[in-house]
Amino acid sequence: MSTDGARTRLRLPALDATSGVWAALALALMLGGTLVALDGGSLFSESSTISLLQRAAGLGIVAVGQTMAILAGSLDLSVAYVISLTSLVAAETMAGSDGMVLPAIAAVLAVSAAIGLLNGLLITKLRINAFIATLGVGLLIKGYLEQGYAGPAGSVPTSFQHLGYDRIGPVPLSFVLFAAVAAAAWFTLRSTRYGHHLIATGGDLDVARLSGVRTDRVLIRTHVICSLCAGIAGLYLASRLGAGAPRVGAEGGYDLESIAAVVLGGTVLAGGRGGVAGTVGGVLLLAVIDGVFNQLEVDSFFKQMVRGVVIVAAVAVYALRLRRTSDRRKAAVA
Amino acid sequence: MSTDVASPTGSAPAVPAGLGGGGRGGWGAGSIRPVLIILVLLLIAVGIRQPDFYDPPVLLAFLKRAAPLIILAAGQYFVIVAGDFDLSVGSLVTAEVVIAARLIDGDPAATWPVVALLLAFGLLVGLVNGVVTTLLQVPSFITTLGMYLVLVGAVYTWTGGSPRGALSEEFRMLGRRGVDGVPVLGQLPYAVLVLAGVAVLAVLAMRADFGKVLLAVGDNPRAARLTGVRTARVRTIAFLVSGACAAVAAILLGGFGGVSFQVGAGLEFTAITAVVLGGVVLGGGRGSVAGAMLGALTLQTLLTLLNLLGVSGALSSAVQGLIILAAVAVGTLRRRT
Repeated sequence: MSTDGARTRLRLPALDATSGVWAALALALMLGGTLVALDGGSLFSESSTISLLQRAAGLGIVAVGQTMAILAGSLDLSVAYVISLTSLVAAETMAGSDGMVLPAIAAVLAVSAAIGLLNGLLITKLRINAFIATLGVGLLIKGYLEQGYAGPAGSVPTSFQHLGYDRIGPVPLSFVLFAAVAAAAWFTLRSTRYGHHLIATGGDLDVARLSGVRTDRVLIRTHVICSLCAGIAGLYLASRLGAGAPRVGAEGGYDLESIAAVVLGGTVLAGGRGGVAGTVGGVLLLAVIDGVFNQLEVDSFFKQMVRGVVIVAAVAVYALRLRRTSDRRKAAVA
Repeated sequence: MSTDVASPTGSAPAVPAGLGGGGRGGWGAGSIRPVLIILVLLLIAVGIRQPDFYDPPVLLAFLKRAAPLIILAAGQYFVIVAGDFDLSVGSLVTAEVVIAARLIDGDPAATWPVVALLLAFGLLVGLVNGVVTTLLQVPSFITTLGMYLVLVGAVYTWTGGSPRGALSEEFRMLGRRGVDGVPVLGQLPYAVLVLAGVAVLAVLAMRADFGKVLLAVGDNPRAARLTGVRTARVRTIAFLVSGACAAVAAILLGGFGGVSFQVGAGLEFTAITAVVLGGVVLGGGRGSVAGAMLGALTLQTLLTLLNLLGVSGALSSAVQGLIILAAVAVGTLRRRT
C-alpha cells in the first residue's frame, strides 16, 4: 500500500462502505417491516422500537470502542470479560445504596481503564500480538470471575436502574448513552490530533512511526478507550439486570459480535479505514435483523445463521468494491 | 505487529523468515525450543506429583485425552502458517458430534457411513471457508466467524434446541477403546493411533513441496504469487486440512465426551493458543507443525498438572492466560535481543 494520496484513499472507500451499511439498514427496515406487517404485527410499534433500540445500545457501546481498536490496527478480545467484571464491580460497590452510585461508576472506569492499559502495554512494550494479548487478558479475567462468583452478585439501587429502563419519548436512555459515546468517538477520530494519529497508525504502523507519530502511545490510549467503552456497557448491563452478572459478557458473545458489527459497518479489519458511523449502522442492522426475527417468532437460532451470512456477504461486497475502486484508480493513472 | 492479526500482507516480518522448517535451532519466533523446555518442566512436575504417570497405561490414557486438541492444533497450524485464522473449528466439532448422534441414533450399522459423512462435512466446511476467503477476499477472521455463527445456528435449528439421537457403541469405541493385549503397553488406544497417523501425515506434508509453498504464502503472499504459486489454492487446501482435522477430533471427542452443544465450545481459541504456544507466529510464515502439536500437548499437560495440584477448574483458565502471555512475551523479547 503506498501512501500517496492517502487522504482520498482513506476517505472514499470508507464513505462507500458506510453508505452501504446504511442502505442495507434501510432495505432491512423496509423488507422486515413489510414481512412483519404481512404477519400481522408491526416492526415500528412503540414496544418493538424500544426493545430494538435497547438491544442495540449494549452491543453498540462496546462496538464503538472496538471500532477504535480495529481502526488502530489492533483488536480486543477481552471486552466480553471486562463487561462481566465491571457489571460486578458496579453492583458490588453500589450494594443497593444510592450514595455509592458515583464511587461505583468511578471504580468501574478505573478498573476498565487499568485493563485497557494492561492490554496496551502487552501489545506495545512486550510486542505480543493483539489477538493473543487480549485473549490472554480475557482468560485471566475469566479465571478470576469463575473462581470468585457462582452467580449474580451485588445489587443496584433503584436510582441507578433509571439508566437501564428510563426513556425519553420512545428512545431509551441507554440508546442516548450509546449515541453520546458514538458521537464522542466520531468527533475524536475526525477532529483531534490523536484521532488522526490513530488512523495513521492503523493504516501503516511503520510509516506512522517514521513520520513522528508515537504509535505505542496511540495504541495504549486506544486500548484504554476500548476497555472504557466495555466498562460503560458493563454499567448499563448492571443497571438493566439489577445486579452484577459474571457470565453476561461471554454469554452475550460481546467479543466476536462487536468485531462483527464493526466489520459489518465497513471498517477494515486490518485497520486504518472505516469509522464510527458505519459501526452504528452495523449495530442497528444487527438489531433490526434481531427484531424482525423476534416479531416473526422465527426460531432464534435461525437468526444466528442469517447473521453469519449477512456479515460475510457484506464484507465480500466491500472487498469487491475496494478492488474495483483501486482498479479504476490504476487505470486512471495509466 | 498488531496489524498481523488481520493483514499478513501489510506487515513485514521483524526478522527474516527461518529455514523451511521454521528455524528450529534458535530461540526466536518459530522455534520449538521454548515450548520443549516448558513441556519438559511440566512433565517433570506432573511426574513428581503423580509418580505412576510414566506407567505406559497412564501415559497412554493421558495421550488419549490430549489427542483431539493436538489434532485440532495440527489443523489450525496449516491455516495459521498460511496467514489465516480458522475460528469455526469449535462450532464445527459441536456440529459434527450433534450430526453424528442424530444420524446414527443408536444404530450400529450406520456408524461407518456416518463417519465418512462427517469427514466429508469437515472438508466441505473447510472448502467453503477457503473459497470465501480466497475468491471473495473476505478476511479469514470474518469468514470463519460467519461460519461459526452459521454452524451454531444451523445445529440448534436442526435439532430444535437440544441434541437428539444417540451415538452407537461402535462410534464411541474410536474415542474410548483401543487395541487390547499389546505387550508392555497394555491397551493401545485408537485415539493415540489416530493421533500418530495425523502427526506423521502433517509432518510429511510440511516437508513436502506443499509445506514449503504454504510457508512461502504465509510469509509473503505477494512474492509467492509473483513466483507463480497459486496462493488461493494453497490457502484453500489449508482450510480443508483444518476442517478434516476438526472432523477427526470431533469423532474422538464424541467417544469420550457426551453429546452436547458444549463439546466444541471455545476449542477454536484453545487450538489457536496451543499453536501460538508452540512458537508459530500469527500472521503466517514462521513455525513448525511439530511445534504446534507440542504446544497442544503442553497445554494439556498444564491442565493435568493444575488438576493434580488441586487448582480448581475455574482458576485454571487464569493460569492458562498467564502462561500464554509469558510464553509469547519471552518469545518476542528473545527475538529482539
